[in-house]
This record gives sequence, structure tokens and C-alpha cells, in this order.
Amino acid sequence: MPALNSVKLEFPSLSANEAFARSCAACFAAQLDPTLEELGDLKTAVSEAVTNAVVHAYPSEIGRVLLKLRLLEGNVLEVTVKDWGCGIPDVAQAMEPLFTTGGEERSGMGFSIMACFTDKLRVRSAPGRGTTVVMRKKFSRRIQL
Amino acid sequence: MKITGSCQEGVLTLRFQGELDHHVSQEVMAALSERIDAFLPRKCVLDLRGLSFMDSSGIALLLRAEKKMRQLEGSLLVTGVQEQPGRVLRAAGADQRLGITE
Ligand SMILES: Nc1ncnc2c1ncn2[C@@H]1O[C@H](COP(=O)(O)OP(=O)(O)OP(=O)(O)O)[C@@H](O)[C@H]1O
Ligand SMILES: [Mg+2]
Repeated sequence: MPALNSVKLEFPSLSANEAFARSCAACFAAQLDPTLEELGDLKTAVSEAVTNAVVHAYPSEIGRVLLKLRLLEGNVLEVTVKDWGCGIPDVAQAMEPLFTTGGEERSGMGFSIMACFTDKLRVRSAPGRGTTVVMRKKFSRRIQL
Repeated sequence: MKITGSCQEGVLTLRFQGELDHHVSQEVMAALSERIDAFLPRKCVLDLRGLSFMDSSGIALLLRAEKKMRQLEGSLLVTGVQEQPGRVLRAAGADQRLGITE
């Protein structure tokens, strides 16, 4: 689907970029005139995907993370978060609620929250090659003058 | 993220201000543990009125704090939950596992 508008951001997997990434997504979404609830949901979903790239994809090094934002026909925002890290051996298992390889600092709810706060979630991953998370979220059409 | 608080008659009240994510969660947990260990309260109240954003890192932190208080035979109470943190807690089902009041 062709994008009406798009932006690409690449940054190192530093935890300081988690807030940066979700704020960027919220700024890009401003053109959709979103409700506060929609903005909160978007920021949360982006935060989860980027945090996974920071925490899991590159456990012992700093790698690259790509954030792609695309505005599609029908008030739909597509968010892609891509890394070139360790990858996920079993995606279906990783997406189950409470599944985590992260210990007590993690709750294993990241993918569930992404699924809950967007309309479509797709995860592609290959061990040793990296992970791509694509989310689509439809925003309400507010009265236009 | 900023934490302020005080302990009175065995009740430790801590106010969170800002955004709670993975970037700050380790430091926040350390600060929280330090205060709980220093005061050994029977009750710890986390006042989240000033918390504008939280993700799954925050959920893990709240559950850890609850567990820590339980191990000390005390309890944890969460209050003042704003819109976005509330939606995250409900989506993760963590609202069922924490004591939450208005
Ligand atoms: N980008 C990634 N690269 C490698 N592994 C990943 C990636 N994203 C997720 N995973 C794996 O999938 C598991 C589940 O991810 P999910 O975000 O649902 O939970 P979590 O990150 O463990 O905990 P939480 O998000 O609640 O803090 C992770 O524990 C990790 O093993
Ligand atoms: Mg996660």
C-alpha cells in the first residue's frame, strides 16, 4: 500500500532512545488529529517494540534499530521496528502472554500490549538475523471543517 | 522520573513523577528498595498521580515492589493511577494482582 507520508529513523539500541522513539511516533501521528487515548496507545506500543530491540535483540552490544512510520489511506498509521540482533527462535511462543526470557525485570507482556493497543501486529524473525515488528493502527476520523 | 516521599507511622508514601520505562526502571527499583529497607514500613503507598506514562517495565516494577512488601509481611497500595498507566495495567491484567485505589 503506498504511503501518504512517511519517515524513517535509525538509532543505536540505547535505552535513552526508548522515550525518543515513542515521542517521535506521537509527533508524526499529530497530523491525524488523534485523541489522547489513541496517542497513549501508540506511544505504549512503540515503547514496547523498541524496548524489546534494546533489551533482547542486542543483549551484550549496542546495535542498530530502525523505526519506520507510514501514514496509509483511511487514517491508518503503520509502525515498523526493525533490528539486526539475535532474533527469536519461536515467535508464536514469544508472543504468548507472560512468556519471557528476561527474568524478574520483565513481565512478558510486551507483545500482548502491542496486540491490545493496535489493530494489527505482525512479527517476523530469524535467529541470528534479526526481528521485524509491524503494527497498524486505525485512528478515528474526527470532524473535519 | 522523580520520586519524593515520606514515612509516617509505618506508612511509606512515595510519589512518582514523570515517565516509567525500561530506561529508568532499574534506578527506580533501586531507590524504592532502598527506602523500603530503610523504613521497613508495614504499608507502602505508591502515589502515581504524577506518572504520565508507563509500559511493561513499569508493570514488572510494581509487581516486584508488591512482592517485596509481601515478603516483609507488609502490603503495597497503588493510588492516583492516570489514564495511560491504567490502560496498560488493565491490558496486562496486572490490576488484578495489585491493590489499587482511587
Ligand atoms: N527484538 C527481539 N529480539 C530478540 N528477542 C525478542 C525480541 N522481542 C521479543 N523477544 C523475545 O520475546 C520474548 C517476549 O517479549 P515480550 O515483549 O512479550 O516480553 P518481555 O520483553 O520479556 O517482557 P516485557 O515486555 O513485559 O517487559 C522476550 O522475552 C524475548 O525472549
Ligand atoms: Mg518486551
